[in-house]
Amino acid sequence: MTSAIPAKTTTASPAEAGPRLEAGSGNGNRTKTGRAPKQYSDRTRAERRLGWILAGPAFIIMLLVTLYPILQAIYESLFRFRLTAPDERAFIGLENYLVILSDPVWWSGLWTTVFITVVTVLVELVLGFALALVMHKALKSVRGLLRTAILVPYGIITVVSAFAWFYAFDINSGYVNSWFAWLPGIDENLNWFAQGPTALFVIMASEIWKTTPFISLLLLAGLAQVPDELSEAAKVDGATWWEQMRKVIIPNMKAAIMVAVLFRALDAFRIFDNVFIMTNGAYGTEVLSLLAYRQSISRLEIGLGSAVSVLLFLCVLLICFVAIKLFKVDLAGTQGGK
Amino acid sequence: MPSSRRTRTPVRTRPRGTVLAGLVMGTLVMSGCGPAEADNTLTWYINPDAGGQAAIAEKCSEESGGRYSIETSLLPNDAASQREQLARRLAASDTSLDIMSLDPPFIPELAEPGFLAPVPEDVAEATTENVVEGAIAGATWKDELVTVPFWANTQILWYRKSVAQAAGIDTTNPVTWEQVMEAARTQEKTLGVQGAQAESMTVWLNALIESAGGSIIVDPEATADTVELGLDTDAGIAAAEVISTIGKDGLGGPGLPTQDENASLIAFQGDTGSFMVNWPFVYPATVAAVEAGTLDQAVLDDIGWGIYPRMSEDQEAAPPLGGINLGVGAASDNPELAYEAIECIVSVENQSEYFVTNGNPPANTEAYEDPRIEESFPMAETIRDSLQVAAPRPQTPFYNEVSTGIQQRWAPPAAVDPDSTPASSSDFITSVLRGEQLL
Repeated sequence: MTSAIPAKTTTASPAEAGPRLEAGSGNGNRTKTGRAPKQYSDRTRAERRLGWILAGPAFIIMLLVTLYPILQAIYESLFRFRLTAPDERAFIGLENYLVILSDPVWWSGLWTTVFITVVTVLVELVLGFALALVMHKALKSVRGLLRTAILVPYGIITVVSAFAWFYAFDINSGYVNSWFAWLPGIDENLNWFAQGPTALFVIMASEIWKTTPFISLLLLAGLAQVPDELSEAAKVDGATWWEQMRKVIIPNMKAAIMVAVLFRALDAFRIFDNVFIMTNGAYGTEVLSLLAYRQSISRLEIGLGSAVSVLLFLCVLLICFVAIKLFKVDLAGTQGGK
Repeated sequence: MPSSRRTRTPVRTRPRGTVLAGLVMGTLVMSGCGPAEADNTLTWYINPDAGGQAAIAEKCSEESGGRYSIETSLLPNDAASQREQLARRLAASDTSLDIMSLDPPFIPELAEPGFLAPVPEDVAEATTENVVEGAIAGATWKDELVTVPFWANTQILWYRKSVAQAAGIDTTNPVTWEQVMEAARTQEKTLGVQGAQAESMTVWLNALIESAGGSIIVDPEATADTVELGLDTDAGIAAAEVISTIGKDGLGGPGLPTQDENASLIAFQGDTGSFMVNWPFVYPATVAAVEAGTLDQAVLDDIGWGIYPRMSEDQEAAPPLGGINLGVGAASDNPELAYEAIECIVSVENQSEYFVTNGNPPANTEAYEDPRIEESFPMAETIRDSLQVAAPRPQTPFYNEVSTGIQQRWAPPAAVDPDSTPASSSDFITSVLRGEQLL
């Protein structure tokens, strides 16, 4: 453990390590003046400039299309402002936030959203891992075909898949009730969208069906990074399949797993399309995105709606913070740089 | 390969400025900012139909002899999304909103902040002659006509003759909800009502309350803070009893909690169909299904119709009212021309034609005299009679809050409790309107 400390002080982060090593060639006191730009070689500087030229425009556009609306939403959330009553606009400070946070509708929406996020991400992780293993082990000749087949649901537009699932389970036009009537609890009179638990089941099943491919591809990339020698060595040492998984493969692809979980959790937390199409938030299926939509777009209450959006944004930030700081997800690590 | 060379070289040789200019021009042309449009072009935002409004637009443009030309622009499918789009455009002072097809419940919300151009007196006079009472009420805000009635819709009672006969119901006289529910119970059939958490729930509840002599909103012109609801009244409780009984006794079938107008039509056409309250689209849709071979002719022959059920024997029903009115945006460049075009659009002849081709009933009673109507819509007389007694939904600038609040508390029907739902939903909507609760 102690040996790691000096190593860390000289190479603070992987991003800085590169330039510093190159700048150091032919220069003795690199540790003191390593940060000064003039210490970089021409090549490094050119690369950095190229990096900015390539990424700069996208970065500026990102700022314009994301930062500006975020700031505007924060500003609007401090007003009582209804689009159809522009003259009555009034500054009310944090009152919108108080109304929202003291309202059971917000909390039930939050718990529904958290429930959907946790269940879908867990199920997707397990299924995705299984699919990734299948793809990893599949013969080279069928690997491409298999990957394409698995990716098909992910390629479908969410609204379209939501309608497909809705009509499959709909009590009038659906076929699910007659196909699965042999299962206990399912008969031709089961109205899936008439109560929360069954409606959430369909919503989550559709979500899982559609996004498991995404998670499995991320995990496949992680699997590919685990050196074969490690598992072979474990096998020689007499490790069972489960021991190899637990002790060798999963620890070595932890970064990939965490990135997959983080990306999917952020996506799942912002779920909108499936709920909007299937139940429109009826009977206990209201999620936070839909709540924000209802205030801003349906009610045209720009202030209240912005406040819900800002709170939703803070929840998403919190998920990122927890993942990156507490679980130490290394977003740079999976770029293949390491 | 020559082709790859062709694609690669021009990018290098073409000056950057040309590419940029091309992009800018392309954007301008696509966003419609170019000077191409003539001054007398009117844009008519229409709700989706079977092409009838586009045909009328073309006809009126031709008849105007070049004074104006109407271009149609399609709005989203459901009324709520149409309102969302129009309200946002109006709030942003979009000058392209020359003529708009508006759903009546949303008109006060747009009229109150002055988003609609005033209707000239002569136009108001000419376009309200012989127009059914309810349609004029729906076009009015604070005693002033703010839009022009175009077509008017109403729900009537549809029934399977065989079921009515077996239940011993005399359909030549007005029927009551009590009779209809009893028939469904004894015949073991399902009722076609709309129990989904959607606008159709408000339509149903409003009709029940109005039929019982009440109103969802007591004083429609009140502000959000002072608005008084009529849900927790005798009429509201009577309505809750009907809805709750149908829900709890399973008279609406298992599909009831998610059933809207289309779903109830499908159920009505099935084996368990008995009585249904629904809009006139039911008839052309059923005829089309028979023609397409997906439905038996026997089902069509078995369908009868009458006026909306009463809440009590001695009180006339107040059926739901719908339809479309035409409004002009306050920011329109050509309001006079737009109203001139509207006068043409809502002509008696066009209203009849629109009914025959698209199945949307005229707001003007004179238009029902067209002989073609009786031929394609044998229930036209019932529709006209129903329109005369139909009651509009609450006319208030906060209609969306009131309606969404009702939907959230009155659906599913089985969860409605006559002892508590009227009072609790009333409190809920009031606190939403005061900005104390989310919706």
